[in-house]
Amino acid sequence: MTTDTTPIASIEQRLDAIQTVLQRHGMQPAEFINTFDELAHEHWVPANGAGLIARAWTDSAFKQLLLTDGVAAIREAGLSMPSHHRHFVVLENTADIHNVICCTLCSCTAFTIIGLPPDWYKELAYRSRVVREARTVLREMGLDLPAQTQIRVWDTTADTRYMVMPQRPSGTDGMTVDQLTALISKDALIGVSLI
Amino acid sequence: MDGMHDMGGKQGFGPVIHSRDAAVFHADWEVRANALYSLAVKSGVFNMDEYRHAIERMTPQHYLSASYYERSLTSLATLCVEKGLVTRQELEQLAGAAYPLAMPSSPGRGNHANRVAFVPGDQVRVRDEHVAGHVRMPGYIRGKHGVVISQSPVYPFPDAHGHGLHADDEPTYDVRFEAAHLWPQGAEAAQVHVGVFESYLELNV
Repeated sequence: MTTDTTPIASIEQRLDAIQTVLQRHGMQPAEFINTFDELAHEHWVPANGAGLIARAWTDSAFKQLLLTDGVAAIREAGLSMPSHHRHFVVLENTADIHNVICCTLCSCTAFTIIGLPPDWYKELAYRSRVVREARTVLREMGLDLPAQTQIRVWDTTADTRYMVMPQRPSGTDGMTVDQLTALISKDALIGVSLI
Repeated sequence: MDGMHDMGGKQGFGPVIHSRDAAVFHADWEVRANALYSLAVKSGVFNMDEYRHAIERMTPQHYLSASYYERSLTSLATLCVEKGLVTRQELEQLAGAAYPLAMPSSPGRGNHANRVAFVPGDQVRVRDEHVAGHVRMPGYIRGKHGVVISQSPVYPFPDAHGHGLHADDEPTYDVRFEAAHLWPQGAEAAQVHVGVFESYLELNV
């Protein structure tokens, strides 16, 4: 048993041990680590969500679908979410309303669409503060919203997943969907920056 | 449970350490930790609510001092022991030293007996209940009132699902709260939207 004086296994020792356990139960963890690494770095990327937004900016029917039935829009775009994410809600920023998402209880995100959450999203400061002092937190993160902008904070407490639709910047009228996609960062899809 | 994980509204944490295009992972072991718990979920060893609850059951001291992916690893190992894939003793032998795990679970619970459906525009109140086991009601909305904006498809009820128990699936409601009501004289103006399970809500009359 663990006591105050017992040496604690290092993180690597603990990981190796649990990987051995999964291996013994036939789960082929080494292979899955490679699969996961590829999914996390190559497939679950914010360009997925950015592409949905860019298309919505240029295609009003698709925008309507994205705002009213996010899961259908994802499917139409050839993207997917894990089976336990049954609802995808896109939050449109306007001249009057700014949306920002968080998960105060853990780190839930639409990770297949906007990418796995960045480090700060999972940290205690963001999780504790953004629901209670959103304006200050956003200002500290470099987004100083006008005083009259209404802020809506979305706490991901169920398996509904959110993504922010930023306002389309002026001067982008002639841009293609690909050019627009390249403008949209993960931070903008979370709602801590504008474009 | 009123665990340390329930961070919403807690004070004193200081600035968010933010950088543009911040990394998801900072070391290879973090990718492994994420992959291994995902593999266990995919293989049916436990579900996501059980995974979340095992993190919540870490002692507050361990929770606050552990990095995000150490919490993932601790949940994974705790559940592998609890599900009988390995004993704690075997795990510590494999690791060559003590293996910190989460604390045991309290019993879960089923759907609320007096569950009612709501429609957009309903004024609702979050039941003033303290739940010993897993719950997805952040403490800052307990007993507070808000307005229903929309309804989601049904989900497994986390208070049961997080304990491997069966219960009816339930919708959640997008409920809008005013920050000034959640923390009177203690919050900046904002509307806070929370996905609230039907069992947690009652009509505010």
